Amino acid sequence: MTPRFAVGSAVSVRRGNPPGHIRTPYYIRGKSGTVERICGEFRNPEELAYGRSGEPKQVLYRVRFVQKELWPDYVGPASDTLDVELYEHWLES
Amino acid sequence: MGGLQAGPVERVDHDYQLWEKRVDALMVLLSRKKRFTVDELRKGIESLPGDAYDRLTYYERWIGSIASALVHRGTISIEELRTKLADIEKRPDGPKAKNAAAKP
Repeated sequence: MTPRFAVGSAVSVRRGNPPGHIRTPYYIRGKSGTVERICGEFRNPEELAYGRSGEPKQVLYRVRFVQKELWPDYVGPASDTLDVELYEHWLES
Repeated sequence: MGGLQAGPVERVDHDYQLWEKRVDALMVLLSRKKRFTVDELRKGIESLPGDAYDRLTYYERWIGSIASALVHRGTISIEELRTKLADIEKRPDGPKAKNAAAKP
């Protein structure tokens, strides 16, 4: 599977709230960040959680977010960031 | 955790009890034999009611998740689980004996 996003690209996290076993934290949905690295491709945990194969594999990205943009009351330095590993089907350009 | 207030983190190492090591070993075996995945384990833990999640210890959450998934999958039956738990209750080192010994 060819990664849809390159390192350094700006990406947004889908704002969806589907049922099931989701590894994308609520607080990161709808937020924008930058692809920090491509971690590889892995079976989809949302399917594996129900005993299914998890195929086809999904590309996993490490996406970097600015803390101040995640938390309205954040008091730390503006340079603080947070990395979250997210599967490709949760990302859009 | 999860944006909720929590106490300080205990940074001291502690020994695991034998049953906790067994739960860990059970998870390793089930994964190797493709009977279970860590994602199913997590789903089961995250599906625990909030009060159960708070009350149970780390490996109690694991074994709760593993047991319910194996029943769902048909790897073990509820009857087998019930029979085994009843056997354990009767053992000389079972939970009843331990609770009795713990009383002053």
